[in-house]
Amino acid sequence: MVDRITIEVARYRPEKEAEPSFQAYEVPCRKDWVILDGLNHIKDHLDGTLSFRWSCRMGVCGSCGMTVNGEPKLTCATFLADYAPGPVRIEPLRNFPVIRDVIVDIGDFMQKLSAVKPWIIRDEEKPLAEGEYRQTPEQLDEYKQFSMCINCMLCYSACPVYGLDPEFIGPAAIALAQRYNLDSRDQGARQRREILSKHVGIWSCTFVGECTKVCPKHVDPAGAIQRYKLSSAMEWVKDFVMPWRGQ
Amino acid sequence: MTTERNRYTEFRPRWYRPRMSTWWWLKRWSSVAFILRELSSIFIAWFIYFFLRLVHALGRGDAAYREFLAWAASPGILALNVITFAFVLFHAVTWFNLAPQAMVVHLGGRRLPGAFVAGANYVAWVVATAFVLWIVGR
Repeated sequence: MVDRITIEVARYRPEKEAEPSFQAYEVPCRKDWVILDGLNHIKDHLDGTLSFRWSCRMGVCGSCGMTVNGEPKLTCATFLADYAPGPVRIEPLRNFPVIRDVIVDIGDFMQKLSAVKPWIIRDEEKPLAEGEYRQTPEQLDEYKQFSMCINCMLCYSACPVYGLDPEFIGPAAIALAQRYNLDSRDQGARQRREILSKHVGIWSCTFVGECTKVCPKHVDPAGAIQRYKLSSAMEWVKDFVMPWRGQ
Repeated sequence: MTTERNRYTEFRPRWYRPRMSTWWWLKRWSSVAFILRELSSIFIAWFIYFFLRLVHALGRGDAAYREFLAWAASPGILALNVITFAFVLFHAVTWFNLAPQAMVVHLGGRRLPGAFVAGANYVAWVVATAFVLWIVGR
């Protein structure tokens, strides 16, 4: 077991350089340290100018996604010792514009997320006196997997379709739309279909499947998209055969 | 979307936006396999064209069928069909393996495990192949 490891971090300081370069730091390689601990060690003891995002340190907030040795990872859930003897290369998440060092602009994702209306939509709310909307465990199981998404954007970073066409709505947003479409309490599928069935919605996806492989929460966004393609095609056929539907 | 609309400000002086290489898929095997799977569609199209020509030749009688067979046995077509066979197999296997991700099947109110969905595709494949072999061997 090595006791020190070199971390090479992509540095980009827009006020003084046009392109990122790598800067190497040597940090302790403790068995219980994740990559994020190494970065915090650099920030606290070696170089306070290094910029990166993080918050919860326990795989819940989805802030600390970075590219570790070429793979999108949550740095709070990736052990430093697994990369011994090093060096470990830390870069910003791919497919997003870099603001500074390993911080990327997430505005595009936030816009797309709200565009798919990831909340329960009812045609008409029932009166409070009638009580809550009940759900069986089987109904919960239908969407639970997709509800585990933490918006970490690793899937966008892994998706070549999003890299080539930034207009693509993308894996997490579609998976979250499905999370509500498959919820027995929700009635908003038709509203979401307007955006999901566009070319930049599900039909841009070519089922590369990398989004599912990198997802730290096992959400399976690729599965969500393919399932939606199937149901969207069925809806189209129904609308074609019965044009009076949904009028 | 938002990214494009964001205005230049003092605190966001200049984004770095690297372009994705055309050869992005060469970096890892899973991406190469994906591109091969996409490419296999061209061979599927060729296979369908070849098959339709066969049916058409059969319909036109004995002489046309023999002419088709001679054409199909030419070295170029033979080589192309060997490659096509490999790609058709690859196409079938990769899509059968992906089927459980795209299809959720319920039976008696319960969700069937993915292995059943993929397995059903393989069983159908074996049954169809056995049927064809039975017709050929009759």
